[in-house]
Amino acid sequence: MIELDRISRGFQVGDQLVQALREVSLAINAGEFVSIMGPSGSGKSTLLNLLGLLDRPNSGIYRLDGADVTGLDDAAAATVRREKIGFVFQFFHLVPRLTAAGNVALPLLLAGMAPSERKAKVARLLADVGLSARAEHLPSQLSGGQLQRIAIARAMSMNPALLLADEPTGNLDRATGREVLALLEDLNRRGTTLILVTHDQEIGARAKRHIAMEDGRVVGDTHPSPAGGGEMP
Amino acid sequence: MTLADTVSLAWGSLAHQPRRTLLIALAMSIGVGAVVVLTALGEGSRRYVLEQFASLGTHLLIVLPGRAETTGASPGVLSGQTTRDLTLADADAVTRLRGVARAAPLNVGVAQVSRGGLSREAVLLGSTADMLEIRHMRLGQGRYLPAGPSDQATPVCVLGESIRAELFGAGNALGEWVRIGDRRFRVIGILATQGQQMGFNTDETVAIPVAAAQQLFNTESLFRILVEARSRAAVPAVKESVLALLKARHDGEADVTVITQDAVLATFDRILTALTLAVAGIAAISLGVAGVLIMNVMLVSVAQRRSEIGLLKALGAPAASVRRLFLAEAGLIAVLGAVGGLILGLAASFVLGRLYPALPIAPPLWAMAAAVATALVAALLFAWLPARRAAKLDAALALARR
Repeated sequence: MIELDRISRGFQVGDQLVQALREVSLAINAGEFVSIMGPSGSGKSTLLNLLGLLDRPNSGIYRLDGADVTGLDDAAAATVRREKIGFVFQFFHLVPRLTAAGNVALPLLLAGMAPSERKAKVARLLADVGLSARAEHLPSQLSGGQLQRIAIARAMSMNPALLLADEPTGNLDRATGREVLALLEDLNRRGTTLILVTHDQEIGARAKRHIAMEDGRVVGDTHPSPAGGGEMP
Repeated sequence: MTLADTVSLAWGSLAHQPRRTLLIALAMSIGVGAVVVLTALGEGSRRYVLEQFASLGTHLLIVLPGRAETTGASPGVLSGQTTRDLTLADADAVTRLRGVARAAPLNVGVAQVSRGGLSREAVLLGSTADMLEIRHMRLGQGRYLPAGPSDQATPVCVLGESIRAELFGAGNALGEWVRIGDRRFRVIGILATQGQQMGFNTDETVAIPVAAAQQLFNTESLFRILVEARSRAAVPAVKESVLALLKARHDGEADVTVITQDAVLATFDRILTALTLAVAGIAAISLGVAGVLIMNVMLVSVAQRRSEIGLLKALGAPAASVRRLFLAEAGLIAVLGAVGGLILGLAASFVLGRLYPALPIAPPLWAMAAAVATALVAALLFAWLPARRAAKLDAALALARR
């Protein structure tokens, strides 16, 4: 599903070029549950942004579902994000003035779905994360775990094939974090490819494939089940 | 994203900051309101002046002595020649021209009018019977100046209503005698009160036969000849024939000027329309100022909502959608301001109309449309930069920050 071929990304910081990713090559198959771990500044967030088409590499090729998405223009990249990729963030990023239902509906609204159809779909999505009763609550009236579940419902609203989660449990206590992770694992079991960036060893260990990063390079790629995707150095 | 969704999302964000939204909308309202009120005033004075002219009759030609245009006379031929005066005979000749319905000579002066111990200064109009029709005046009592040869100095007069009231009070005036200058005149008519008419308050005038006025002022010449053409279409032809006639009567010297009512009307119309436009333009500057205010507030808003913008982009909003969202916010503010401004402007125009009932104050439709359009264009124009900044925001960077 995902193929990265010698992807490099550098940032100009002052007069110094910081190399966040150095020729990263990676293949991830549909339906995998991958954790990306590594110290701060190892390039894992940059990698996630590139995978989500929020950033572009300086060199290398990124293929998503067989199509080269490296050089897509803004509108085309937005379409791919809308239709194929869901995001879950550490800080939830819910729009504070919109209700839970309003937040979940955002991607559908951006996709131009008719209001009546949208309403039914939002109700189903909220039921899936067990928050039907909270549909009309504002984010300020909800707990951290509830906020992240709403964010997950929002990420899943367009049935994306790929779910990118950046420290999804980073702002939650351990018990709530486990609940949220269980929800993500459940989505993965139903076929969504899940890529999760985390600091947390326990959370990372739940993934079926572990990618370790350091200094812009992939330094470890453990595969418990060799039947999975391609082996990387 | 559909237009309805864009607008409702934009509206939600405006409604979330009601005070800020209302304040910018108020700035916009003041601009729109200013355009509406000022154009209402300008248009009101234009109509007032035009109505004043129309009250004189639109078929009117005014003949005055002297040439209005400069001719290249060489300094060597200063032969003591002055412009010839208009005379009563000239006026009589004009009356007989084809296409002329009626013509009236006019002499104007100020004289002391007294009766018994009461005395006051009045504007004296020396003319003939036709003056009543030509100036569209109405009689209150009695009759106007007698018809007949214009050189007959019959000692009769027609008083304006205020003069009558001051000299006679509640008593009867018709048939009484008044003294004007050093002569006595019998009152044969009273004008109905009709107030201001082209600077003359007819209520404060006294009309006497033109020959009497000439004797009183000791002059042979006329101040003006007022000519009424048979129809509006005949005005240009009458103008030509009056000029030709008077040139012939004045030994081939074209020494009179004929002003047609249409020309004066058109000139005033142009001047006052230009004035209204200028005033509207000045008022529109305040809309520009409101636009700058919108830009400022939107720039702050974009900075504050970085993570929301980043989120929208991550959820699949292309740059164009983000730009449209912010432009919609500016557009909504402008619409809000325009509606408020129209209400403000119409209310102020209504109050002004009550304060100055003589002025026909009504904001012209074009000005209201233009004010609203300018408000919208200014808002969208000034919101373009903030909207573009939002659209260009780096989503990854915006989302990374907390």
